[in-house]
Amino acid sequence: MRYLLIICTDENTTGALGPEEGAAMLADYTAFGEEMGRRGVLLGGERLRPTSDATTVRVRQDEVLVADGPFAETKEQVGGYYLVDCKDLDEAIEVASRIPGARHGTIEVRPIWER
Amino acid sequence: MTGDWDLAEECAQDAFARALDRWPRDGVPDRPGAWLTTTARHRAMDRLRRARTEAEKLREIAATSYGDYGDYGDPPDRYGPPDESGIEDDRLRLIFTCCHPALPLDARVALTLRTLAGLTTAEIARAFLVGDQAMAKRLVRAKAKIREAHIPYRVPPAPLLPERTAGVLAVLYLLFNEGYSASEGADLIRTGLCAEAIRLARLLVELMPDEPEARGLLALMLFHDARREGRVDADGALVPLEEQDRRRWNAATVAEGLAVLWPPGPPDRPGFYRLQAAIAACHATAPTAADTDWPRIARLYGRLRELTPSPVVELNLAVARAMAEGPAVGLELIAELESSGALAGYHLLPAARADLLRRLGRDGEAAAGYRAALALAASEPERAYLRRRLRETDETDETGGA
Repeated sequence: MRYLLIICTDENTTGALGPEEGAAMLADYTAFGEEMGRRGVLLGGERLRPTSDATTVRVRQDEVLVADGPFAETKEQVGGYYLVDCKDLDEAIEVASRIPGARHGTIEVRPIWER
Repeated sequence: MTGDWDLAEECAQDAFARALDRWPRDGVPDRPGAWLTTTARHRAMDRLRRARTEAEKLREIAATSYGDYGDYGDPPDRYGPPDESGIEDDRLRLIFTCCHPALPLDARVALTLRTLAGLTTAEIARAFLVGDQAMAKRLVRAKAKIREAHIPYRVPPAPLLPERTAGVLAVLYLLFNEGYSASEGADLIRTGLCAEAIRLARLLVELMPDEPEARGLLALMLFHDARREGRVDADGALVPLEEQDRRRWNAATVAEGLAVLWPPGPPDRPGFYRLQAAIAACHATAPTAADTDWPRIARLYGRLRELTPSPVVELNLAVARAMAEGPAVGLELIAELESSGALAGYHLLPAARADLLRRLGRDGEAAAGYRAALALAASEPERAYLRRRLRETDETDETGGA
């Protein structure tokens, strides 16, 4: 069963980290990735550039509408994701709870729409 | 007859209710006793069948197999071999699936009633004062999530068991309180929720005999239920604990509560429900209100505060200390709570203050407190009680008692 674990954090907080804190966070993510890789649940995952680099695209009446910024202004923003393969929701919850960002942000666990 | 005394008893009551409804219309059958037994048996079969069907459906919905956690791999500190929790009962799996924290709370309650108590969707809807359609939708959505998000059908492995058990207990506690806060008459269906909650708590105690908090919750429910008859007067007004006719309390239920709370053997660790049950036991076993062991109650609330600090616990502690050490102590604590603003809008805060002022003979201030509480209280029995106290303390009211 595949789940997308969407990491939502306040990028103002993560963006304001000092070099040491930033390095520590990176090390935490590396450790998480290695451990989950060994366990065989990790199918993929990336960190995203901040929403200041985001662009939204809509098509309305055949017209492509391009705008700056994320699709919604929220307190927390999507900062990255992992695609995992878990036995069930309990395992997905357990994996999500170990993502470093879960300690200050929110992880949304979304089952992949399987055909 | 059904091998489940509670169910049998309840179905018998249900059959009596039907008899009262039907006999005046259709005439008394030739053998009333047999009619009652047959009706009760049919009703019990109905509910058991319904619960079984629902359980079966849920089992199919929960697609994954349970127990097999070998392929979780690392880390062994969280997921051990199958059946690590040492519990293997289908009904227990059902309880944990219905009460999974990924489901919204109202859906957990509804699913539990549907699959474990065999209530119909319409019955659950009536109990929670929502429409049939809305309740049906809630249940359908919950089942869809169990299926699509793969909520497992199993008893959680040992490392997850404490937190998930706490979640199950919370659902049963909510169920009981829903019923308990309801009064007579139109709310009779809601009071039926108390019986369901007790039945399910008994089941949980039977299935998890080593879980002291399950026993604590069952005992707590039993102590409250034992007092039910005495807590509302003939006019539907709430009767405060100290004025209740203790002869109307159900002694057998109290005795069961005590046996459940303190089984033979070494005492269990205190927990959220056990402490509350111990407090309820102090009240339930005091022969008169004056015999209540308030110092012990205050100590128990103190431990409850250490375990789960909350302003409501603070308020109860303040009242217990007032009863043990004098109203002045309580008033001081309540004043602190009021200035913190944590319980703003909670009717029991001004009501508690008013009760202490009344005990000190400061009627004018007490009346102001009752008036403030009356402006915030929603339930009719509580309002009736507050009105009575207001009449007694309000010097400007000529109908007031001395």
